[in-house]
Amino acid sequence: MKAFLDWLDQRTGVPSVVRDAMYENIPGGASWRYVWGTVLLFALAMQFLTGIFLWANYSPSVQTAWESVNYIQNEMYGGWLLRGLHHYLAQILPALLVAHLVQVIIAGSYKAPREFNFWIGLVLLVLVLLIALSGYQLPWDQKGYWASKVALSLLGIVPFVGHSLQRIVIGGPDYGQQSLTRFFAIHAGILPCCVIAALGAHAWLFRRHGFNKRKPVGTPGAAFWPDQALRNAVACLALMAGLLFLIFENRIMSTPGPLGAELSSPADPSEAYSAARPEWSFLCMFQFLKNFPGDTEIYGAIVIPSVIFAIFFLMPFIGRKPVGHKFNVAFLLTLLCGAAVLTTMAKLEDRHNAAYQLAVKNARRDAERVQMLAHYQGVPTGGAILLVRNDALIQGPKLFAKNCASCHRFDGHDGTGQLVKDPQSAADLKGFASREWLTSFLDPEHISTTNFFGGTRFKDSKMSKFVKKTVAAYTPEKKEALKKVIIALSAEAQLKSQSDADHRDAAIVTEGCALIRDTMKCADCHQFRVKDPDASAPDLTGYGSRDWLIKIISNPAHPDLYGDRNDRMPSYGDKAILSANDIGLIADWLRGEWFEPPVSTPAAAPTQTASAK
Amino acid sequence: MEEKDKTPQTHRRDFFKKSLALAFGGTAAAVPIAAGLMVTFDPLRRNFAGVGGAVKVTSLDALPADGVPRKFPVLADKVDAWNRYSNVPIGAVYLRRTKDDKITALNVLCPHAGCFVDYMPGKGNYLCPCHVSSFTIEGKIDSPGSPSPRGLDELEVQVRNTEVWVVFQNFQAGRPEKVPVT
Repeated sequence: MKAFLDWLDQRTGVPSVVRDAMYENIPGGASWRYVWGTVLLFALAMQFLTGIFLWANYSPSVQTAWESVNYIQNEMYGGWLLRGLHHYLAQILPALLVAHLVQVIIAGSYKAPREFNFWIGLVLLVLVLLIALSGYQLPWDQKGYWASKVALSLLGIVPFVGHSLQRIVIGGPDYGQQSLTRFFAIHAGILPCCVIAALGAHAWLFRRHGFNKRKPVGTPGAAFWPDQALRNAVACLALMAGLLFLIFENRIMSTPGPLGAELSSPADPSEAYSAARPEWSFLCMFQFLKNFPGDTEIYGAIVIPSVIFAIFFLMPFIGRKPVGHKFNVAFLLTLLCGAAVLTTMAKLEDRHNAAYQLAVKNARRDAERVQMLAHYQGVPTGGAILLVRNDALIQGPKLFAKNCASCHRFDGHDGTGQLVKDPQSAADLKGFASREWLTSFLDPEHISTTNFFGGTRFKDSKMSKFVKKTVAAYTPEKKEALKKVIIALSAEAQLKSQSDADHRDAAIVTEGCALIRDTMKCADCHQFRVKDPDASAPDLTGYGSRDWLIKIISNPAHPDLYGDRNDRMPSYGDKAILSANDIGLIADWLRGEWFEPPVSTPAAAPTQTASAK
Repeated sequence: MEEKDKTPQTHRRDFFKKSLALAFGGTAAAVPIAAGLMVTFDPLRRNFAGVGGAVKVTSLDALPADGVPRKFPVLADKVDAWNRYSNVPIGAVYLRRTKDDKITALNVLCPHAGCFVDYMPGKGNYLCPCHVSSFTIEGKIDSPGSPSPRGLDELEVQVRNTEVWVVFQNFQAGRPEKVPVT
């Protein structure tokens, strides 16, 4: 072994360099104060390493960025751990760097002859923040997309070159394919190269100047190996323990959320994301900017940060006199306190913002949903955004809130869980056409409430009067017959939630259909199964079914439905207010028709297979 | 005397510290490396199961009984990492229907290095454009100097009414025996 090392040393000199580094004298002996360099180096090296592994599986394009990250996160073996390490370390890194900066400034290590190393350190801090910023949108999820879009629009207010700079970085007038390829190159290529160069210079200058020793001269020194090395290793291990805690936090604390880093829904330029917030290290900036209305934003976003950076840059000169050093320390601490206050304010405001909390909850639900869909259905070539856009459970509530909830309600709210200011003036459609819904509707006590006809022109219609007078006076036998009518009518809807009951009650359904036509007088006004040109009320054939709902949403004034007695409901289809696809999604959602994951099947990774049609 | 007593103790303590430093540092460094390797080796635990059954390739009408091979694409559903495609080409076969109405199917992939072989109507054999492996019309190795380690891979054919179905499968290239790609 020794012979080999000598041979290697003579030819490369590597063993000597390693030996020199290992037995380098640490002035004043090993100290916990000296661990920062190693911890930061370890952290940066880890970001390089995990970043390259992620790179091998990431695909920067609008149709594949989210898809590949989701594949890493949810399908690949250990992917959640790899992505979690990279993500959470990126979150911790700014804090580690700032802690190092605080240590350097308080200890006065920025002063001569270490000015250059201090400046390089400042550059490194900025580089790392830029890497974090450019990496945030690479998963191309709603959160990163909208947060980065805001950050990038701030670039546009830089004087003179802002607009062009923004276009060059984004790769066009708007976010798209080239934004991803460019951001990826910036995040994984350009900035890391700058970091390596700056780090090399930082380390070289550090070797030149040595540790800024604090202990009095004369305290015996000690070799790096093993005393200082052990301290460094403990610090790195503590960092790793912290990271692992963050990755497993949701499991350890039993809070909702994924294992490892979050991945929200695929980016959708047409769907605003009100839960968008920058990473915590930029939250203070985000809060700070709220104080700059209109065209004064340039002061908050550009001028003041530049002045702050300039003061940091000048610190070695300011600190030449003792009072200057005190100013530097006071400036730094004031700035940190300010940032802490702003960050806390931002957090507190969000905590008390019910709309934001709801947005976060809905975003998490949508994210889980689309990840489940991608797992079971695979992603179409157009990207996972198509899974989102064609999913009744995600789109139904949004479409309902936008188009229906000014009059209708869904379980008392607008479909998404928000309460509506306008008074309810049309039926509550939760469970529409189900047995329960029809039972309430045909109840003399309920039909004229706002949950049914109360807010509409049908409040005193023939149907209302029929229920309030005739049905109210039903004999027990008639009441039994009405129950059968309800079961039969509800079966027309073919609701998924009732398929078992409908199947079981097939005989009652047949009986009920006959009752609708004859004894119970429904067919006096409604048409049912047979064409009736004299019908004056909506067709009950297929009542509540997908086709029936699409028909009534498309055109409630259709002669088969309300005809010219239609109240205020617009013809969403015939007047092209909504597309046929959207109307279908609303109908599916109201009927509870959406993809459900197969039960009993364990969530195993799907095999990469081509299967026969 | 004092010196002699001290030295071994220091060594022992140093050994302990060194071991701890290596263990702690190693553990911290092992986590990201392990995570990266797990993800990198992920393809090894996935099955590439082929089509897993017969695929309809063409109809009998498209295949005259003249003994001349014709190339047909094989369409099936395909999963590629996160994407799922339906009814896309996953390969191709040469179908040949002889005068006695027997149909044979050959995978178009050359078993040498996986290029698509061409049928040469003039010579009545198959030629690989990459490294000039040549095969007889039955798919056997044509010349002793052929770089291909085995003949073209024959696939099972099923005739269902007037339709021709093939049990499609790719086999590993470069080996003398037929090993399915899984």
